[in-house]
Amino acid sequence: MEDTVEDLYQQLIMERARAPHYAGRLVRIDGEAEGDNPMCGDQVHVMFASGDGDVVQEFAHQTRGCAICIASADLLGDVVLGRHLDEITSTVDAFEEMIRTGTRPTRSEFDKLAAFAGVHAYRSRRRCATLAWQAARSAIIRMMEAHHG
Amino acid sequence: MSVATALPGLDVERIREDFPILAERVHEKPLVYLDSAASAQKPRVVMDVMARTMEKQYANVHRGLHWLSERCSDAYEGARDRVARFLNAEREEIVFVRNATEAINLVSYTFGHTALEPGNAVAVSQMEHHANLVPWQMLRDARGIELRIVRVTEAGEIDFGDLERVFADRRVKLLAITHMSNVLGTYTPVERLVAFAHAHGAQVLVDGAQAVVHRRVDVRALGVDFYVFSGHKLYGPTGIGVLYGKRTLLQSMPPFLGGGDMIGSVSYERSTWAEPPYRFEAGTPAIVEAIGLGAAIDYIEAIGFDAIATHERVLTDHALRTLSDISGLKIIGNAQDRGGIVAFTLDRIHAHDVATLLDKQGIAVRAGHHCAEPLARRFGVDSTARASFGIYTTRSEIDLLAAGIERLKKVFS
Repeated sequence: MEDTVEDLYQQLIMERARAPHYAGRLVRIDGEAEGDNPMCGDQVHVMFASGDGDVVQEFAHQTRGCAICIASADLLGDVVLGRHLDEITSTVDAFEEMIRTGTRPTRSEFDKLAAFAGVHAYRSRRRCATLAWQAARSAIIRMMEAHHG
Repeated sequence: MSVATALPGLDVERIREDFPILAERVHEKPLVYLDSAASAQKPRVVMDVMARTMEKQYANVHRGLHWLSERCSDAYEGARDRVARFLNAEREEIVFVRNATEAINLVSYTFGHTALEPGNAVAVSQMEHHANLVPWQMLRDARGIELRIVRVTEAGEIDFGDLERVFADRRVKLLAITHMSNVLGTYTPVERLVAFAHAHGAQVLVDGAQAVVHRRVDVRALGVDFYVFSGHKLYGPTGIGVLYGKRTLLQSMPPFLGGGDMIGSVSYERSTWAEPPYRFEAGTPAIVEAIGLGAAIDYIEAIGFDAIATHERVLTDHALRTLSDISGLKIIGNAQDRGGIVAFTLDRIHAHDVATLLDKQGIAVRAGHHCAEPLARRFGVDSTARASFGIYTTRSEIDLLAAGIERLKKVFS
């Protein structure tokens, strides 16, 4: 199994599922959203802090779910910190496109995120990978609306 | 002789040859199919009968005055006779529907909307499939009928003390209950439940989707008022299911859907209804599928329920023993009378990961709440992995499952 399992349960995914870097709550929250998958009970809560600006300064998530779900919520943190809100929504789009098609985008932030490309082959697991990202999009859109009225 | 063929009563290796799909490979591994409770695989004889019907004898039923239609009607009505004998019912008591879900909805929309009145109550158990919960919630909301939930014990059995409490004011007029839980594997004591409900002035609908696969069901001996099941779990095709209803009850019920075949006569002003079972079969039915179901029942009865029940008991005992030895594995439910469905959790490994990592080894199990979300919550879990067995399941497949679980635990260690 060890060799055939690599396309889905890559080392990076297992590491971040076991010991997520961004699990927890933020003290100051400028944007947040929850996502849940009633089919399996997976729940994710993503939180962002951006001060008064459009750049994400802090990120945290509370995720209850499978390894794919937890790892994808955590790797979201790697790509949002220090980035503009509108850049993030385009990364979220590209991530969802990758899960849908199985094709890895050429953008540099996908060096690590490409670990999830294998999820495409598992229709029933795609939602596990995108749950946190969809929640992030709703949170960020609300933050942008709040900032720019 | 292999371990698999040493099971008493049933020559599993010979049975496996009847199921072409069992020779398939998944991820380059031999298929180990442990998801029969979701849908069973089909024996060659069912496929052959369906193909032969379409090749030689197919036309619409009950309509044409031509030879093909007559032959096809004979075969379709022959399937109804076959189902009636299978359940020890009269043919007029057998309504063909799409599946068990549709059968329950039919009863809810007809019996529920006419025989039940606002202020009456329907009781279901905590371990119902959504198919035997949601239609009653819809009836409750449409008709002001109360829906009461009978608790199950930690072992996964009906809590008879709670049943008495639920029925105490005699407002419950229908008990709708599973014959076998699709999560816990629990068989419910249907005869005892029927006696209890009837003594309290309630009728009984039994969801037999799981049980009918493993045990002989005699609706007269059980005393049930309604019994429902799906063809596709009984090694038959999808798209065909059965509602058994006592003749007097079916006669008192209005139609479910309107259309062709369910009428007596039609004018622009009004129509009269056909007698049961046709009153409940509007439109062209699943003709080929009904004939396929008849063939599946022939196949099962040729094997015999004594052998099938013994096989299930041996497999279940083996699975419970083998899986219990795996550290961190917890089996949900521990009923005394339980069958070939085992739902479990693994410490720190989500059921979805379990299912995917087993799939990588060619082992098909289900993961999730198995369409019984409130039951999962009752047992304090979000989701479980579930292995379920059929007549073609072998002891060595259960050993492969156990070995597969040990291997996937290493990925997470």
